[in-house]
Amino acid sequence: MSDGLQVADVVVRYPGADRAAVDGVDLAVPTGEVVALLGPSGCGKSSLLRAVAGLEPLAGGDVAWDGVPVTGVPVHRRGFGLLFQDGQLFAHRDVAGNVAYGLPAGVRRDRAARTARVAELLDLVGLPGTQRRDVATLSGGERQRVALARALAPRPRLLLLDEPLSALDRGLRERLALDLRDVLVATATTALFVTHDQDEAFAVADRVAVMDAGRLLQVASPADLWARPASRRVAEFLGYEAFVPVPAAGDAAPPAVAALVAAARDAGVALLPAGGVLALAAGAFVVVPGGEGVERGGADHAAGAAVDGSGSGGTVPGAASGSAVGGPASDDRHHAGAAVDGQVEVVRSRRGRTEVVVEVAGVGRVSALAPAGWTCAAGERVALRVDAAAVAGLPG
Amino acid sequence: MTTTLARGPAPTAPAAGRAARVRPALAWGAAVAVPVLFLGVFFVQPVAEIVGRGFVTDGRLDLSGFAEVFARPRTWRVVGQTLAQAALGTAGAVLLGVPGAYVLYRCRFPGRGALRAFVTVPFVLPTVVVGVAFRSLLVDGGLLGGLGLDGTVTAIVLALVFFNYAVVVRTVGGMWERLDERTEQAARALGASPWRVLTTVTLPALGPAIASAASLVFLFCATAFGTVLVLGGRRYGTVETEIWIQTTQFLDLRAAAVLSVVQLVVVAAALTAAGRARARTERALSVGGPAAAHPVRLREPLDAAAVAVTAVAVLGLLALPLVNLVVRSLRTPRGWGFDNYAALAVPQDTLAVSAWHAAGTSLRTATDATVIALVVGGLVALVVSRRPRGTAARRAVGGLDALFMLPLGVSAVTVGFGFLVAMDAPLGLPVDLRTSPVLVAVAQAVVAVPLVVRTVLPVLRAIDPRQREVAATLGAAPGRVLRTVDLAVAVRAVGLALGFAFAASLGEFGATSFLARPQEPTLPVVIFRLLGRPGAENYGAALAASVLLAALTAGIVAVCERLRRPGIGGAW
Repeated sequence: MSDGLQVADVVVRYPGADRAAVDGVDLAVPTGEVVALLGPSGCGKSSLLRAVAGLEPLAGGDVAWDGVPVTGVPVHRRGFGLLFQDGQLFAHRDVAGNVAYGLPAGVRRDRAARTARVAELLDLVGLPGTQRRDVATLSGGERQRVALARALAPRPRLLLLDEPLSALDRGLRERLALDLRDVLVATATTALFVTHDQDEAFAVADRVAVMDAGRLLQVASPADLWARPASRRVAEFLGYEAFVPVPAAGDAAPPAVAALVAAARDAGVALLPAGGVLALAAGAFVVVPGGEGVERGGADHAAGAAVDGSGSGGTVPGAASGSAVGGPASDDRHHAGAAVDGQVEVVRSRRGRTEVVVEVAGVGRVSALAPAGWTCAAGERVALRVDAAAVAGLPG
Repeated sequence: MTTTLARGPAPTAPAAGRAARVRPALAWGAAVAVPVLFLGVFFVQPVAEIVGRGFVTDGRLDLSGFAEVFARPRTWRVVGQTLAQAALGTAGAVLLGVPGAYVLYRCRFPGRGALRAFVTVPFVLPTVVVGVAFRSLLVDGGLLGGLGLDGTVTAIVLALVFFNYAVVVRTVGGMWERLDERTEQAARALGASPWRVLTTVTLPALGPAIASAASLVFLFCATAFGTVLVLGGRRYGTVETEIWIQTTQFLDLRAAAVLSVVQLVVVAAALTAAGRARARTERALSVGGPAAAHPVRLREPLDAAAVAVTAVAVLGLLALPLVNLVVRSLRTPRGWGFDNYAALAVPQDTLAVSAWHAAGTSLRTATDATVIALVVGGLVALVVSRRPRGTAARRAVGGLDALFMLPLGVSAVTVGFGFLVAMDAPLGLPVDLRTSPVLVAVAQAVVAVPLVVRTVLPVLRAIDPRQREVAATLGAAPGRVLRTVDLAVAVRAVGLALGFAFAASLGEFGATSFLARPQEPTLPVVIFRLLGRPGAENYGAALAASVLLAALTAGIVAVCERLRRPGIGGAW
């Protein structure tokens, strides 16, 4: 347990601030692992990163590498590299001058070795032959690539990345996130990566640490984090948009809620703790085109349905009996068919797919996905089915 | 692939960490100690000595001097004149300078670079030369002699505006250039007329820059010495010239000391106002957009007015006195010719040396002074550019900043006279510095240090602190960070600082007039002495010497400006 970075009960406090920016955080990053520190802006993630780098003094706690405390070691002797959001390239040096800056003195003075290492690093980040370029002529993405090469040049034992992709436009960001992951893996670099973008965190990191208001809420692999958020706050930050209390066994519930419970139980992906809550991400409901124009069966909505409390495998009685939509989902365990519908409020297109915002009785406003090319008018009612992959169970 | 275990430096022993903390602390201590010691010995001590003579009689504090000096009507007249002249000079410089800033920094036209350089010339001219130039224009028989302005307040105010026009143009223009044009475009799109945009959007945004420039101009006007001494004659003066008169002619040290304190109060007020305004400018600058300029649009009334005002200011106020000075220097009692310049090679009248010899002395002294000022001012700028974490340390840095602005305002005459009194045994050491030619250079350096600090500091402050942080995370020790980040960037400002320091030293007159030995006078001293002698030949020689001094100063500043590195280079 003393391999790599250990952050123990770290507190960072700024003068004049009434609460600590980082408030008792414990985190371990074993060598070779990439951990993303994910949180909304102002949650203290950058302060934690700066404290690890030695740029902010600790008000409490300890930072150690391989079990040896580094708290008293000045920044330039820690061997922790840092990549800023805007790269912070030295404007008075060209690309090669920037990349070579952090090379060990021996390599820096040996012209041949320096040239070779700079070329190797520029190849690594996909910018071969740019040595003599003035950094002012680089595009935003190229700048970050040069900054990455510069940060990797001294072979840091830990690389700290402070929102390195946030200043770039979306397409570039997504491509660079993958390249960044490749480079970190290829160089076996241990890295702590700060971001406010969950897609970026999931694309780059082996594990994701969610931070809010100076505290760590949850640390888990991307898949675990998505499937089992530890709290409603974590789920909200990951993009879950609606929260539905799980009704007690035998209680009457609106059909949509009953369908959700059934689908989650069938899929087995979501835990359903007693008194728990189901979190719904965009796409938890999918529009069933064949069900268009279904007459609204008054009984379904007025009476609701009873929730089967008997356990796994069972179908929800209300859903089965009232099913007017024999969708293709019936043969798919994850897609429970149900007589659920909602009123369309907004229709929009997202990357060619239609997405509708629907008001679902008992659930609220949620984003539902529809097949490409399908469309409808606001105000219409559409049939919906549940996709359990976008549903997670939370403790109450 | 390298194994991760092999990478990175070995964990550092605690002892090494301690050494790494102690050594920078020592270096910073020295960086603070050297300038503070310099200022203490060569500024605080002499000034305290003089002020002390005014207030200490027989070893006891005696403030009766205040009551006595303030009971004199002459004191009130001088204080009133100082404030009135400074206020008028400031108003004139701002009214003419703001349109000038617009034309020179927001408009594009052929020759703009040359015009910007020309506008800066008066600011670096020695004050004595400015006085001579205006006097030769306004004196009976001069080009504008018919206006009867010779020896009037108007003449003094015009000269002050001439001298300070560049301060307003450069300060306000620098800000205007970086002002985001889109704010104005947004106002136009909302239906505002150009006039309304100017008064409700542009001028309020420039407010801090204008206030900063105005307080600096007020400071320069209120402490003007050489110009006022030459133009004001016996009737008009400033507190500074009055200190000189009380010291050298009436030998009333107590009155001089009281007036020194009065000047200090005025200066402290102006500096505080300037500091506040500057802080707001620096904050406002951080949101500045890209440099924007458009071709002159003479059809628009505001542009036309700005161009007209600037043309009048540049041609009438700046160019006319300078051209007139050169022309007059070529006029001799026997017609046109270079006789006045030929006279510079031989000692004139009762002077011990020729003007050429004095020019050599001036250059040597100014070189020494510039080196001292660069070292001291550079260290101060470096220390003051830091933003320490602790409140106490931050206050200390702010205090150091203010301390080194004091020489801007404390009477140079007081400093010069203080040197004569205190330097027989500086710090109690038995070294009589009064006979050393180094003393003049040191006095000039004291005056030039604030200019160096003001030129270098903004450049150092503009460095993003994360540049130093990123260098440290790349393994650069504090010394290497300083060399490769701070110094590499500051080099760009050094040329300009060098030019200003040299110009200030070359033209320094207040302190030098006390310290220069009779057999080794500097050029401004020679000019002033020549002016005081009767005879057309002496006057002609004074004009020629003024042209020589102006040419030397402007030439050196131009060369120094060339030394400025372009913004970005591929240097290793």
